[in-house]
Amino acid sequence: MVVEIYKEKYRGQIREVVLGATGAEGGTRSHTITVGGETTLPFLHFEGKIPNRPVVAMEVWDIVPEDWPAGLKEYFADVLNDPAAWAKKCVDVYGADLIALYFKSADPEIRDASASECVATLKKVLEAVGVPLIVYGCGNAEKDNLIIGPLAEAAEGENLLLGGAELDNYRSIAAAAMAYKHSLIAQSPIDINIAKQLNILISEMSAGLLGRIVMDPTIAALGYGLEYSYSIMERARLGALNGDKMLAMPMIGNVGHEVWNKKEAAVSASEEPGWGEQAERSMAWEAVTAMALLHSGMDILVMRHPGAVRLIKKSIDDLMKENSYATT
Amino acid sequence: MRMILIGERINGMFSDIARAISEKDPRSIQEWAKKQEAMGAAYLDLNVGPSVADRVSAMRWLVEVTQEASSLPLCLDSTDYDAIEAGLEVCKRPAMINSVPAIQEKMDRVFAMALKYDAEVIGLAMNEEGIPKDSESRIALAMELVANCDAHGIPLERLYIDPLVLPCNVGQDHGPEVFETLRQVKLLSNPPPRTTLGLSNISQGAKNRKLINRTFAVMAMACGLDSAIANVCDQELLEAVATARILLNMDIYCDSYVDVFKSQNK
Repeated sequence: MVVEIYKEKYRGQIREVVLGATGAEGGTRSHTITVGGETTLPFLHFEGKIPNRPVVAMEVWDIVPEDWPAGLKEYFADVLNDPAAWAKKCVDVYGADLIALYFKSADPEIRDASASECVATLKKVLEAVGVPLIVYGCGNAEKDNLIIGPLAEAAEGENLLLGGAELDNYRSIAAAAMAYKHSLIAQSPIDINIAKQLNILISEMSAGLLGRIVMDPTIAALGYGLEYSYSIMERARLGALNGDKMLAMPMIGNVGHEVWNKKEAAVSASEEPGWGEQAERSMAWEAVTAMALLHSGMDILVMRHPGAVRLIKKSIDDLMKENSYATT
Repeated sequence: MRMILIGERINGMFSDIARAISEKDPRSIQEWAKKQEAMGAAYLDLNVGPSVADRVSAMRWLVEVTQEASSLPLCLDSTDYDAIEAGLEVCKRPAMINSVPAIQEKMDRVFAMALKYDAEVIGLAMNEEGIPKDSESRIALAMELVANCDAHGIPLERLYIDPLVLPCNVGQDHGPEVFETLRQVKLLSNPPPRTTLGLSNISQGAKNRKLINRTFAVMAMACGLDSAIANVCDQELLEAVATARILLNMDIYCDSYVDVFKSQNK
């Protein structure tokens, strides 16, 4: 008996967003990366198009990440003092598709580094790797407003992915993206209504930004509300596929950031003997969180552990293979 | 699915359009085409009106001059099927036939024509005996339309059932019957046919016309109305429709939902 596979018909498509720019395009990246473009839910190749594979970015900080567990830091022990070398190791050794660079040093409560110090670091990282870059400030909105302009200007034409524009501070980041030809992350607090509104407000500043927005719906780690993130992302994606253009943006999630400060990743086996070895458990916690998010439509995963990155990249390889029953 | 709004204004019942047709002066027609498109119409209804002698050539001309000004699909509105066919022949993109009652020889002609020109069809829940009083009879006629549409191999999503509304100051008792018909039509088949209404009919001859129109529109949407032939230049109607879509969970809420609705309908 021939079983006919039921196919949902969607009329929308996720926008494609290009990250990075090569020499010919005004930047210095060795290649660009395109995300988005889906016409169906994740990996349902038989039903629609998934023209671009999800990608994995690895975190690089401009300070030594003292609070990372030792079992995580050991993978970067030789480079933690040098963001450029750290980025290069992530790309060359651990296979990162992109680098997500965090200017933690700018935080007034850490080192209050100046914009010019941040610019110098950015330039070194741009020289060290050829992959497109994601650039985050320190998380202090007031300070980030001071550094984002100089960073965007210094990398004019590189088409960085600038993070993260929020409802109350999106203007400075959107203006920097507009002026110096970058893309940007629109970040909302696990709230689909705000996610949509923010996309509208940014695109109202310039219609040209519409194709350069990546949404960060804010994700939660396994055990900490992952299913809540999942359902919001799923609803946004279904809305987009059904024609809601203001939700039809690729999505990014800070998996590493959410996972590694949770006790399941941070606590040793001696403290919680029933939980198993910390090294394996913490890596698995990040990989499982990332895997669930892949299935809810995440296009860019920002991660930390090289082992989790390897597992997820292998899974993406497998998931991107066309299903064998597609043509029958 | 979005709410499909069919702009009603290019109709010979309006004196400026009647004059334009008799004088073969396309300006006011083209102005209304552009204006309705800008307001978010998805289709433009074209009706040559009652006073035209040669409806066939008038419809062909109306289609041609409208297409010069707008790229929207057209809804050819006439009881004269020769006029509709003349219009379909010159339509640049698949159109909508407005309309066919549940009368066998008319359904035979119209569904065959729809298949030939890849057109959608508005089917009226009426027959030789006129408009039924109750929902049961309307639904029976809708079923005849569904069966005939299906027999011609036309996907049922291309059939729009119009339960037919009467002005609320004349046929007030028809209102609840229309709502019930809209609900039941959605149960006739899977996938079900779509539904439409001539919205402005509900307020014909009444005061507070716009208030009646938009109130009726949102009530009908809650019962399964997919589209309406309407005054798309009525801002408050568009705002009410946008709000109904939020309340029916058809669009995802955001603070700018009214603006989004207006721009997405374009």
